[in-house]
Amino acid sequence: MCHPPLPASILVVLSPAIIIPAILNGLLTGAVYALVALGLTLVYGVLHIINFAHGALLTAAMFAAFFAYQFGIDPYVAIFLLAPAFFAVGYALQRLVIGPAAHGDDRNMLLVTLGIAVIIENALLYAFRADTRTIDVPYAFQSIDFGFTFVAVPRLVGFAAVFAVALVLWLIMTFTDTGKAIRAVAKEKVGAELAGIDVAHVYAVTFGLGTACVAIAACLLVPTYYVNPSAGNAFVLVAFTIVVLGGMGSVPGALIGGLVIGVVESLSSLFFGDSLGQVGIFLIFIAMLLVRPSGLFGARA
Amino acid sequence: MSTCKFQLSRRRFLTTTAAIAAASGSLAMPSVLRAAGAPVKLGVLHPVSGALSYSGTQGRLGATMAIEEINAAGGIKSLGGAKIDAVLGDARSTPEGGTAEVEKMNSDGVACIVGGYASNICLATTQAAARYDLPYVVDVGVADGIVTRGLKNTFRFGPGFGVIAKTALDNLVKINDAAGKVAKTVMIVHEDSLFGSGLAKLLNAQLPSKGFQVLETVSHPTPNRDFNTIVLKIKAQNPDIVIPADYYNEYVLLARTMLQQHVRPKAIYSVLGGAASSYKFVKEFPDAAKGIMDCNHWFNPHSDKALALKKKVEAKGQFFTYEVYLNYSCVGLVADALERAASADRAKITAALASSTWSGHIMPYGPTKFVNGQNEGAAPCNTQVQDNDIKVILPAEFANGKAIFPMKA
Repeated sequence: MCHPPLPASILVVLSPAIIIPAILNGLLTGAVYALVALGLTLVYGVLHIINFAHGALLTAAMFAAFFAYQFGIDPYVAIFLLAPAFFAVGYALQRLVIGPAAHGDDRNMLLVTLGIAVIIENALLYAFRADTRTIDVPYAFQSIDFGFTFVAVPRLVGFAAVFAVALVLWLIMTFTDTGKAIRAVAKEKVGAELAGIDVAHVYAVTFGLGTACVAIAACLLVPTYYVNPSAGNAFVLVAFTIVVLGGMGSVPGALIGGLVIGVVESLSSLFFGDSLGQVGIFLIFIAMLLVRPSGLFGARA
Repeated sequence: MSTCKFQLSRRRFLTTTAAIAAASGSLAMPSVLRAAGAPVKLGVLHPVSGALSYSGTQGRLGATMAIEEINAAGGIKSLGGAKIDAVLGDARSTPEGGTAEVEKMNSDGVACIVGGYASNICLATTQAAARYDLPYVVDVGVADGIVTRGLKNTFRFGPGFGVIAKTALDNLVKINDAAGKVAKTVMIVHEDSLFGSGLAKLLNAQLPSKGFQVLETVSHPTPNRDFNTIVLKIKAQNPDIVIPADYYNEYVLLARTMLQQHVRPKAIYSVLGGAASSYKFVKEFPDAAKGIMDCNHWFNPHSDKALALKKKVEAKGQFFTYEVYLNYSCVGLVADALERAASADRAKITAALASSTWSGHIMPYGPTKFVNGQNEGAAPCNTQVQDNDIKVILPAEFANGKAIFPMKA
């Protein structure tokens, strides 16, 4: 009567009925990772610093989305309020805090972002305690039946929204003067400055765009995830990996990298269990650094 | 807050009186103190900051509410109506934080300490208190090691892990038998730290002999961002029963993802489930919580005192969680011991606790009887989420609902 459990579970894991939904699930999860990574890579590409406050800003945005819902604003509607608001926050942070505190040395910025992360996280902890908060939107449990699997509506919305954001970002970067200025500063800071570009302004705009990405990601996460003062950190470590995988500073790299990491995570947690699921991600991370340190789409240094 | 301030000024007043009494002659001192009903200092120790701060804050709430009630009802009568003076401490969610707080409370002259919450904190704090022969009542800490080290000062009013796990398995068999043994297969989902892994190991060892086949055991880290892969596995294995061993956040995410993916086993059954018997979960996600069974700490739903306390806690805008009523009960246990010891002397309190037969509590326990510091009367309850409420389904003498099993798809 007592079957050995191992062969049964291996058979189950190898059937396409579970692998295909797992890949699909990885793509959906990966899209949100990509959006978080997008903000990170943008800031890296232009300011050449790793923004350690990214996770804390994500948490802060999740709280904002949570409280917006308490005032009756749906998280998806809140995107249009929170994205500009967090753009302003990011702009102000870079213009008034990070930039001046760096005293011209970019390496100092890194430490300042770390300090900001500590301040934001602890302020949230002080104000809202360690309680976990969730919202219950009516569509949270709605799912679409694809025949072979169910896909939750909020995750599909998230997937589509991420591509929309990436498209808008690409349009900004390609066709607007600000976008051109950002790319100029990213390529050659001194040259851009000599050509009359206000570098401090461009830095702040970039930081603002990165922060706005995080605000959108927060609005997409809140319907299915929870909010507490350390919720954002769970996503940022993965985002760092994606940035390296896709190429530091590359927008399409972050997008593709996010999807790849999502699928890798999903499949490796299917085969090795969720406890080891992270191993797949970091194996790729290390392999990438060894074989192609500039990443998939990164410019060779 | 206001009581706190009152007691502070009262303490200052007493020290002044005592000083005057001491100055006017040592003979006069005891009578002066007696007339004033010198307050008994009680250490109230919880992790109110750090990772466990929610549970710690709830625990502190339960303890301070009990102290307020006892003081309002005239204090400790055998000590001339002495009030209990809470000395609040923060274990900062670590064993070291807890130990440091015990040292501070000891030099503050507390007569007894209540609290600790997490097993690892309790293991450290009871040991630190033992060095000073300071009686210590563990509020939650279920690890069996807490009461098996021969510490004379350590008492646990609630049940330990061994008893809870055994009850959970026996009751699972009982519920399944009553429904005609409809469930044969089980899948275990657990978080990969000591709590989840230990429980999964125990279940894997015990379930086959109880007639259940464990199809698969899946572990995941805490926090876990996404449960879709795990739910896919559950769907593919199609077990009769899913047993989650998770902390609150992951438990909720798992249950929500199962609902999203239309995975409805015959039962979701947990042991000390992070969210299974939580009013917060039931209130926020009634559909995901529906029908979930759990074996956990629970209050006696037939006790008027328990229901009155529940109302009072909810009036404060807080959920009536197990931390609240366990701490409330532990303070009651100490007050009863103080009453019988008629002294704030640590050795006398320890002796009074050891011989306690306290029955005025709100828990579904048998008569209080400590053996090596463990209350042998303590027992967990089986609960189930029914009609947007949590009902006790076992043991029968405390039940206010009947098990709904198997769950309707």
